Amino acid sequence: MKQEFKASINRALNDANLTGALGKFSEAYKVNRTKAYEGIDFEDLRGRIAEAKSAAACHLDEVAETFRKNAEALGAKVFRTRDPEEVKQYILQVARDNGVKNVVKSKSMATEEIHLNQALLKEGISVAETDLGEWIIQLAGQTPSHMVMPAIHMTKEEVADIFSKEVNERLDTDIPRLVKVARNELRPKFLEADMGISGGNIAVAETGSIVLVTNEGNARLVTTLPRIHVALIGVEKLVEKFETVVPILDALPRSATAQLLTSYVSIITGPTQNDDGSQKELHIILMDNQRTEMAKDPKFKQALQCIRCGSCLNVCPIFRLVGGHVFGKVYTGGIGTILTAWFDELKKSEEIQGLCIQCGNCTQVCPGKLDIPEMIMEIRRRLVLEKGQPLVQKAIFSVVNNRKLFHGMLRAASVAGKPFTSGKFIRHLPLFLSELTDGRSLPAIAEKPFRDLYAGIEQPKGKEKAVFYAGCLIDFAYPETGVALVKLLNKAGIEVIFPEEQTCCGAPALYSGAYEVAAQNAADNITALLEQDAQYVVSACPTCTVALAHDFAKTLEAVGRTEWLDKARKLAEKTIDLATLVKRLVDEGRLSFQEGADLGKITYHDSCHLKRTLKVSEQPRELLQQVGYQVEEMFECDMCCGMGGSYSMKLPEISAPILKRKLKNIKDTGAPLVAMDCPGCVLQISGGFDQDGAPVRVKHTAELLAERLKD
Amino acid sequence: MYEQFKARAVGVGAEVHRVGTCSDAVEFVLSFLKQEGVAETPGSYAVWAEGPFLETVDRGSLAGVPGLGFEVTRERAAQAKVGISDMSFAVADTGSLVQDQAAPDQRLASALTGIHIALVPSGNIVADKTALFARINPKNSRYIAFITGPSRTADIERVLTIGVHGPERLIILFVDELGGEQI
Repeated sequence: MKQEFKASINRALNDANLTGALGKFSEAYKVNRTKAYEGIDFEDLRGRIAEAKSAAACHLDEVAETFRKNAEALGAKVFRTRDPEEVKQYILQVARDNGVKNVVKSKSMATEEIHLNQALLKEGISVAETDLGEWIIQLAGQTPSHMVMPAIHMTKEEVADIFSKEVNERLDTDIPRLVKVARNELRPKFLEADMGISGGNIAVAETGSIVLVTNEGNARLVTTLPRIHVALIGVEKLVEKFETVVPILDALPRSATAQLLTSYVSIITGPTQNDDGSQKELHIILMDNQRTEMAKDPKFKQALQCIRCGSCLNVCPIFRLVGGHVFGKVYTGGIGTILTAWFDELKKSEEIQGLCIQCGNCTQVCPGKLDIPEMIMEIRRRLVLEKGQPLVQKAIFSVVNNRKLFHGMLRAASVAGKPFTSGKFIRHLPLFLSELTDGRSLPAIAEKPFRDLYAGIEQPKGKEKAVFYAGCLIDFAYPETGVALVKLLNKAGIEVIFPEEQTCCGAPALYSGAYEVAAQNAADNITALLEQDAQYVVSACPTCTVALAHDFAKTLEAVGRTEWLDKARKLAEKTIDLATLVKRLVDEGRLSFQEGADLGKITYHDSCHLKRTLKVSEQPRELLQQVGYQVEEMFECDMCCGMGGSYSMKLPEISAPILKRKLKNIKDTGAPLVAMDCPGCVLQISGGFDQDGAPVRVKHTAELLAERLKD
Repeated sequence: MYEQFKARAVGVGAEVHRVGTCSDAVEFVLSFLKQEGVAETPGSYAVWAEGPFLETVDRGSLAGVPGLGFEVTRERAAQAKVGISDMSFAVADTGSLVQDQAAPDQRLASALTGIHIALVPSGNIVADKTALFARINPKNSRYIAFITGPSRTADIERVLTIGVHGPERLIILFVDELGGEQI
């Protein structure tokens, strides 16, 4: 990562106003959004939106043409173009033809995308943004930091300063008073303007309608008072049927601002009369700017299902720390990364794509059913294809692809780490590695990895066998978790097999876009894990489980190694996470725990891959309760701990504050013990508590359960 | 559905009233105008947009009210404290009002003024958007307007503030006598 980018991250992280405002907002948003969706089947709703928008994206050209015909039949002028430059020329021409001097604008990200204001100003036309947030940043000479709340990064003090300059009067920071100033300043501009420019939240092909969704009432004035109305709309806003307006209006305000409906919705179908009796000129510009190319790309077509609500930003653990400006000048957050890669160029996303920790929060709330983390992974893959891997990364992954060398190095690290190790932790590392132990200790590499311990475990021989896939962390840092797993399964009469040839699951390479490396890991593991016949392949690491059950096939397919797909699928079918398997064994009466124990309070941290990819969250809680713990839920129990595999190494400055929040939420429960089902989370959270000093024990659920087996 | 509508609309800051007859409604409006100090001075006007309500009532009862005009120009509306207009439908689950506002005077009266009084037939409360969409058609209405509470913003420090570019008060007056298609 370039110094400049790192510097912008650090500026954002150190901006207490920004992180304070965003942090508070994201916490309130979660609660308010849930409330706004009460009584609504969100999965059904977003299914309908995704289906309708995907259908439109499938034949964008046809739908746009239908829109054009229908809107023109009503007297609107419709201009379709692929080129943002032509959009600007068209609007300037309309302005020249009509002697336009003053423009008022309601909020439009599409106009931001093409930097329309600069083009108008250059032509000597005055432009006033009328959305309060947009007007603030226009006066401040800044760019929006959030799609829906463009000035969320600013304080009332800053706004008061900016407005004071504008009205030449010292204003205090009373917010209603500041809003009144904006109303009074902008009102004459509305009344004088000859052209109003708006965006459009929906464009309906069958009726030629555009739909505008606002709260302040500025879009009503922009589309009413000036004699010319220009609406600039990205073609992704097109839907075929008028009936699709209903689900989008159901979702957009709820997801954007947790409102049941915004104060104003306007459905404009053809030009209306001006108040002087003349006919309004209505120009609708359908802008492509790479969207058709996106629609043709099977991996990115889904991006056209976006309704621009910004909820992906509101739930993102990274966005709430760094805000929008780190992402760039127009679209921000996860969706912004994707749009920047397409509307600008792939290279522009090179650094910002690294901000995504792949926690999957956004996939849970997206009303368009976009899988943003998946698209960001695809961007990573393409960047690696285009530019190759960074040298250091390449060196590391070449080791990871050679199991013997890799495991040999891990063993060596156990010895090399000795001088820095105290107890089970490495608390400080010298020189350029020091940042890695800032706020979090690293686990000491175990003296004996699980693969060495395994040989010494005496197991009952049985018909039923489970192959254990340990993954690097359990094998080399937390072998005790592996031992607990064997104990649990043995108790249910299952013999555990540990194939020596298993190696890294490939997740670190995959999440870095190094698909070839990950594919080789996949192939090696498939061979190792399918060698012996067993009912299950079980893992106590959710990231590894996801690799085996989901990623192997996808990765091998992506690199064209299709001969492996059958085997990959066979492995996927057998793969199960430990919590689900143990719960099943308990329910079947094959496994039972000591009864009647009161083990006191415990809190549970949901790991990203377990909760959101594998959809497992109740099983471990129920098991912990069954053995005698009282589960005390923490705030944001399913928020990422900041580990994200190698993320915490690449961006320790972001990982650390995320971890800090997690530690606080754990401590606030008052529980002396926190359980989780991912060794990566154990690494992060126990390392955090080691430095924090709070007496909270951090355990993998498997160990807590194994302790409570009936003798 | 009236109760649900009322709860939702009040929840977003609207004021909701209900009267039986059109003459009750006239009385309500006139006493409101008086109370708000509507007068024949800029900034204190009231504008009343043409619509079903005015077609129903005896216009004589509205004659000679100082500051109240029925010709809704942008100049007059921009200087009006109160705007009065019909709204055709009320949507219970979001507390929204809906009307075909293709005629610009309807928008001027409900967008430029400080207070908007909306006159709604009590029989035209529908359950939700799906029910509403069965009764509106963009083919017949070029500017379908939804109004849900007063104008609002949270653009400064996420603090909810009422009255940015649109009215800061929305007063909804259901009139039973206006009928509507009771469903």
